[in-house]
Parts: sequence; structure tokens; C-alpha cells
Amino acid sequence: MTGPAAGGAMLDVRDLHVEIAAKHGTVRAVDGVSLEVAKGEAVGLVGESGSGKSMTLRAILGVLPAEAKVTAGQVVLDGVDLVPLSNSDMNRIRGPKMAMIFQEPMSALNPVMRVGNQIAEGPRVHLGYSKAKAAERALELMRRVGIPDPERRFRAYPHEFSGGMRQRVMIAIALSCDPEIILCDEPTTALDVTIQDQILRLLARLCSESDVSLVFVTHDLPVVAQLCQRVAVMYGGQLVETGNVHDVLLEPRHPYTLGLVRSAPDVEFVRESLVPIPGAPPSLVTPPSGCLFHPRCSFAEEDCKVLPTPLRELPGGRSTACLHYERCEEELAAERAGS
Amino acid sequence: MTGTSNSEQDAGGLRDGQPLLSAKDVAVYFPVGSALAARIKHEQRLLHAVDGVDLDLARGEAMALVGESGSGKSTFALALAGMRPTDRGEIAYQGRKLPARRSRADQRRIQMVFQDPYSSLNPRLTVGGMLRELVRVHHVVPSEQAEAYCRELLRLVGLGDDAMKAYPRQFSGGQRQRVAIARALALRPDVLVADEPVSALDVSVQATILNLLRDLQGELGLTLLLISHNLAVVRHLCNRVAVMYLGRIVEVAPTERLFADPRHPYTKGLLAAIPRLADSPEARGEATSGPAVVGDPPSALRIPAGCRFRTRCPIAQPVCETDDPALTQQPGDAAHQAACHFAFGPVPVSTGPPAAAVSEEPVQVPQPRLGKE
Amino acid sequence: MSAISFPEPALAAEPTEHALPRRARRWYRQPALASGMIILAIILFAAIAAPLITSYDPLKENLGASLLGPSSHHWLGTDQTGRDTFSRLLYGLRTDLRIAFIAVLFPFCIGTILGSIAGYFGGWVDTVLMRLVDIVVAFPFYVLLIALVFVLGPGESSIYIAITLVGWVSYARIIRGEILVAKRQDYVVAARSGGLSSIRIIGRHLLPNVITQAIIYAMSDIVQDILAIVTLGYFGLGVPPPTPDLGSMINDGQNFLTTHWQLTTFPGLAVVVVGLSLSLIGDGLADLIRPGHS
Repeated sequence: MTGPAAGGAMLDVRDLHVEIAAKHGTVRAVDGVSLEVAKGEAVGLVGESGSGKSMTLRAILGVLPAEAKVTAGQVVLDGVDLVPLSNSDMNRIRGPKMAMIFQEPMSALNPVMRVGNQIAEGPRVHLGYSKAKAAERALELMRRVGIPDPERRFRAYPHEFSGGMRQRVMIAIALSCDPEIILCDEPTTALDVTIQDQILRLLARLCSESDVSLVFVTHDLPVVAQLCQRVAVMYGGQLVETGNVHDVLLEPRHPYTLGLVRSAPDVEFVRESLVPIPGAPPSLVTPPSGCLFHPRCSFAEEDCKVLPTPLRELPGGRSTACLHYERCEEELAAERAGS
Repeated sequence: MTGTSNSEQDAGGLRDGQPLLSAKDVAVYFPVGSALAARIKHEQRLLHAVDGVDLDLARGEAMALVGESGSGKSTFALALAGMRPTDRGEIAYQGRKLPARRSRADQRRIQMVFQDPYSSLNPRLTVGGMLRELVRVHHVVPSEQAEAYCRELLRLVGLGDDAMKAYPRQFSGGQRQRVAIARALALRPDVLVADEPVSALDVSVQATILNLLRDLQGELGLTLLLISHNLAVVRHLCNRVAVMYLGRIVEVAPTERLFADPRHPYTKGLLAAIPRLADSPEARGEATSGPAVVGDPPSALRIPAGCRFRTRCPIAQPVCETDDPALTQQPGDAAHQAACHFAFGPVPVSTGPPAAAVSEEPVQVPQPRLGKE
Repeated sequence: MSAISFPEPALAAEPTEHALPRRARRWYRQPALASGMIILAIILFAAIAAPLITSYDPLKENLGASLLGPSSHHWLGTDQTGRDTFSRLLYGLRTDLRIAFIAVLFPFCIGTILGSIAGYFGGWVDTVLMRLVDIVVAFPFYVLLIALVFVLGPGESSIYIAITLVGWVSYARIIRGEILVAKRQDYVVAARSGGLSSIRIIGRHLLPNVITQAIIYAMSDIVQDILAIVTLGYFGLGVPPPTPDLGSMINDGQNFLTTHWQLTTFPGLAVVVVGLSLSLIGDGLADLIRPGHS
């Protein structure tokens, strides 16, 4: 519990690289991602499909698919680097130290095992609870995540639950061993908006109650705004912008973030016409030179095609990978003046 | 395309105020469980997917039908398009009741765009093949012009001529959705029913498809019925919104009025539940307020008596348990309708979340899909 | 019909990642499929080119040269009436393969049509057809086949009729199941909403997507048909003598099994090799089609 957490970071991902061996070459799925998550903090990891956000999450948890592997970098959890750990060592970390919530709870839950037993399994295995004590713990967790009538629901099977209730069960399982950090892979994408609202509120409450950290992967920017303090935007396996949620989403300093914000319809602000991002995501086998985003970027200059674009610190604890980030400011100012 | 598509109707003249397409008390039920057991027990369990929907579409308007999964919106869309027989009520086109088996000419007027661009295109047909087939079967244009017409269609949705010879697998999701739109437009329909046309696409691609739909709707004078769970999409694209809950429409209003002044508690909750870019965890969540709408929707197999929303309603009163509120107009404003006893009167003090917030034993609801004809 | 400006210039139809793995899975990269094809090609060539390979007439009896052992003149020896066994083997393959390939076509077509109708329309049509299938399936294949040929009398046309009556059920079942799944796809709904006729939807939109499963099954069905033809020939219910046929060759030769084993063994081996090659092709096709079905 009292590791030498450098700078107060619970999770410190340093320069993580994940490569996938494919038939037609090596895919650089995650390309130098660094991410710090403080205790009790919720960090959003945002990107479109193929941006490497889910792969980053899987690398942190050590559950990469067989053809993918971490080629460089560290995943430091509470002072311990997880990358070199064996699978059995990781099994002692997964559960008590970190847990995961998936997009589709129905496939993540065992369909033939009673829900209560699934929640009680973690404490029995990892914390050495007796059967009765673990069951008691499961009931308490079910109450905490808002499953009504837990005594009766304990003996139910996952298919008897609605989508929202299943996701509550997943959260109860994730919480069962008091982890330091919970990794969430689009946990609300498959849910209706009113149920999503309930789950997001539940996660926010749990986060503040038990001081657990969250890494929340999603493609939905407003969801991040509701839950997270900080956000990291991924594009083509790299981080392109990080910072405080409000700053990044309302005052983007990277054209890709700006593009995401302006292409999504917003309930509050109706644009005359949505501004799509032209072109298609980059090939990760033969990525473009320089900035990965330059072929789709309206700000791109000659230097974007050649210069590498590492994250650069900006004032206010934020960073961007864009060489011409001032253009975002001008663009936003022009838009505000226009409307 | 615009030149000829609506000429026959225009020539015939349209009586003032008559809707182009109207649904009256439309209901679609799904039998649940085995037919044999039902016969033995002399009872049939019915899933009330669509349970009495009235909806009028005026020519050229963009109407949205929003609701959560299980609200019956997709089933209703299929029924409107003639793809699903109705168990009650009628669907009329320009005042003329459409029969259960529609003629080819009637079928042509209402076309659909589906959610999943991967399953909605036949993997074994080239784009040109599927367009040409429709054009030929319906004699949309003289056969010697068919080829040029198909190319024009593709250009209209922003695809090049080389798309004609390509198979669906050669396209990205957004491009497939363009092909699906071209296919729907091939028959020069009057009504385009789009069932969640962008929810399977990435955010940056969604914008291109939404812009395309909006441009086409304006340019071709199409009547658009957009089925969506995403109110932001709806607000961007449509001028009127109908909110559906458990097989019924609970509120209809012009878009801006619905967003500014929702009258049904479900609509209010739905709007409050949408995450917004300017949100923060401090402003929402935590202990400051409860969720926008509590509990899960009840099963469509056991729709609550009285008002169907009362089990989740923050202002439910005893009257809601007995009286099923009808869709009523706002006094002095026929465009805004809501199905709540307290929609346009004084709202009772919130009684807090109802005790029966969660439905008893949620039943696994079979996804209403196309069965046999 | 024009003058709409699109904010994003039309994305040309660039091939996406799906194109690559598909090309990599050509048939010759499948060892099972490739070896099966090669073996079958050799056998087919031998059967078709039989008159060029052997100079002996398979029907010509030569009582002076009966029951000879293998030699440079008669590679596999001669039978009890002095006919060249190798020549009879090639011509027998010719007969049996021809009958098997034709025999598989009738049940394939009839089963596919009935299965599509049952699967697409459902309702009472489906109930009636599937009960019929259940009845046919309730009888053991060979028992029903032999009984039918016995009633109809030996001969080629009886074999076709019997195999069709027994064999269509498998195709009907396979196609019905595939259609039940495929007809729920949105592209079928789209075709219906396009006002296309049911026949057109089945023929142009559904069958091309589901027929592969039936073709794969047909490969193993040919094997079964060859075995059936050989069995019928063995019981004297097949092609009437003296036309060479592997089944009757095995039957004729078994009287001399202890002294002239080659008379039964080589026709038997020929059946095994043909069956093996077709099974390999069937497996290979299944592997080729299944992963890239979408």
C-alpha cells in the first residue's frame, strides 16, 4: 500500500509501446504512450476505433492478445513495474490491485454461475475469506452498487439481469477486492442514456468514496466530461493531447481534438453544419512521416510532414503534440466571433 | 432527381394540412414462448413492442423518433416501411390506407437506411449490381439510362464512379452507409426512414453522414423519419421530435420547443441524462443529485397499468396507477403534445424516486426483429 | 439531382484491410484442398483418358488368359473371364464417378430449392417440408436406398431416383438453416423494402450467400454416393453387367480373395482414394470459406 509512488502517481505508464505481428507487417498499436494517474483520480482515454486506446488498457492489465506484445516501456503500479511480471504474478495484482470493467458485461460474466458467487469469488481467492464471509461481502457490495433486493438477487444468474444491472454486477466484482485502480473499457457504450447516467453517477460516487483511481476508455467526449478530471486523447497509437478535461474539451490545443469536438453533434450547441475530419485514420503499418495527423489536418505546414511531434508541455498542466497549436486558439476565437 | 420524383403527387394536388404519411393507433405484438404451450393454456403471452402509436409526417419535414432500446421505435419504423405486419391500427399514405401487402408502387415510396452498414449490404453483390437491379425492377428510368442514373446516385452521396464495380467489403463503414443511402434513394422515395444511421460509425465519420442526410433532405425535398437514441443527432437534423417509451409516444413537439421546455417527466429525465461537453464531475454526480431517471424500464411483457412511466416517474400520483394518460395538446398550441396527467397543468411536488424503481425480475426481452412475413 | 456540395471530398473507393488476407487465402495455400484437388485431378484424368492409357477392351473376354497375376502386359492381372483388371478399373471409375457426380446434382438442386422455400417463407410450408425431412431421415440411408432400387429395378436411372429421394433432405436442412439466419440480415430487409419479388430475393440475394455450405456438403455427399453405388453394384443392384463397375468387380473378385487378392483390393483402394480426395477438398473448401464468410 505504501509504495514509493513517484510524484503521487498510483499508475505511471512510461513510454509504452505495443506491437502486433500481422501478416502484412508489424502494427504499432501503441506508440510511446505515457500516462500518470493519481490516487482517486479519474482519467479519460479518448480516441476512435483503431487509436490504440483499448490496447493501452489491455497492456496495463497484462491481457494483450497472443499476437501483441509490449516492446518497450514500463507500467508502474504503486511503485512496481508490471511489464516483466509473469502471468501468475500478475494474477496476484489483478483483483486486489487493479480490476477491469468491460463494454459487454454479458460476455464478461459467467452465464452458469450465480451472480452472488461471482462477486464473492474474488475475496475468497485473493483475500482468503471464508464462504460465509465472502457471501456477506458480496451482499454488501451489491447494496453499494445499487442492486435492489440483494438477498434475492444473490442467487440469480446474469441472464436474469438487465443490461444496467449486469454492469452494476461487473462493478461490484471489480470492487470486491478493494483495488487501487479500475480500468474501464467503454462500460456505458452499450447502455441507454438514462442507464448510462446512473452508471456514471455510481462510478463517480465510488471514485470519491473509496479513493479508487479510474482509467476510462471511451470514444464519447461528453461522457469523459461528466466523469473524469483529466483526459488524454489518442490518435494512431500516440497521445496527441492531455490535460484537464475542461481545458481540453472546451479549448482544444490539437486539431484532432478540435475535429472530434466539432464533428460530434452537441445537444447544447447546434451548429449550422457539422465539421467532419476529412480523410481516414492512418495506417499503423506504414504510418505517415512527421505528425501522424498531418494528412488530415487543415493546419498542416511543411514542418509537420518531417518533424517528430512529441507531447510538449503547455501552461496549465496540459500538453499537445501539435506544432501549430496556436492555430486552434485562433480558429476557436474566429468561430466564437462568428456565432 | 428532384424534377420527377414528386411530380405525380404534385400534379394530383395535396389537400391542405393532410399528412403525407400517417399512423393511427398502430400496434405490433410479438408472441413470446411456444405456440403449443399457448394453445394448451389458452393464453398467449404477447410482447407489446408497439402499443398504439399515432404519428403524422408532413411532406418535407424531418421528424425524429427517439427512445431507449426496447421502446419499440425500430419496430414501428419497420411497420411504417411495410416490412412488418401490424396487429392493430392503420397506416395511410396521403389519406389512403395502405394494405397489409403493399403494391410495388406503394412499397417504393418509403425506403429505409439501416443501422449496421455491414449487414445491410449484400456481400455478394457489387454496388452497381444492387442499384441496377432496383432501377430495372421498378423501371425508374429507361433501361438505357440506368447506368448513368446509378452513377448519378453514387455521385449524389459522394462516391466516385469506380464504386460501381466494387463489393461492399472494399468500403469503410462510412462509405457503406453512403452506398446504403444511395440504394434507398434509387427508387426516388418520398419518405426516407433512417434507423440509427450513424450509431455504428466513428464520431468523425458520423458527421459526414449526418451532413449528407441533411443536405439530401433539403435538396430532394425528402420527408425524413430519423430513428435515434441520440438526442444530439436529433437536434442537429430534425425539426420535430417524438419521444417513445415502452411502445407509446409520450411527447411530440417541434425540436427547439422540446429541448427548451419538455413537458413529460420522461423527456425531462432523458434530456437531463445526456452528458454534455461542459459537464464536470463536480457539477453532476456525487451526492449532489440522484440520477436523471431511476431504475430500469419495465418489461414490455408486463406494461404497468395506468401510466406506463409511473414506476420510474418522480412525480407519480395515485391517479397515475389507474388512468392511462392520452397524448394531449398543450392548450393553445396543437404542435406540442404530451401523454402525462400533469404535462400542461401544475406539476405535483416530487415524491422522490418511486419505491418500485426497479421492475420485478426483468424478463429477457427478445430483440424484436423481422420474423417471417 | 446535383448542386449539393459535400464538405468532404468524396472518398474514392479505396480498398480496405479486408482485401489483403483474402488474397492470401488462395486455394493452393490450403494443403488439404490442394492435395485433394491434385489426387482427384489424376483420378479424373485416368478415368476420362482410359482409352488412351490402356489398350485393352474392358468387356473383351479371353478365357485363355483368365485369372492371370500382375505382369507387364496386364498390370493388375485379369479376372475369371480373362478381362484386364486395370482396364476394368479405369472404366469402372469412369462409370461410378459419372453416376456419382450426376446423382449428387439432383438432390442438391431439389434440396436447395425446397430448403430455401421452407426457410424463407416459414409457416405451414416450412412445417410440412420439415416433417417430410424428418420422415426420410428416420430411415437408415442404405436400407432406404437399397429398398428403393430393389423396387425400381437395377439400373442407372433407378440409382438417380433413389439417391435423389434419399439425399435431398440434407441439402434442404442445410439451406433452410442458413436461410433462417441470413434472412434476418438487413440487406434482405432492404431488398424487400425495394419491392423485389420473393423469388428474386431468394435467388439473387440469399442463395449466393448461403450456397457455399451446401457445396461443401456436396463434396462429402459425392463420397457417400460413390460408396452407395459401389454397394449397390456389390449387391448386383447397380449398373447391369457387363458394364464395368467397382462394386461388381469387388463382388466378382471376392470368390478368389485368397488366391487372387488383387481382384478385390485394387477396386477397393480406388474407392478409398476417391473418397479421400473428395473429403480433403470438402474440408479445404470449408476452411477457405468459413473465416472470410463476411
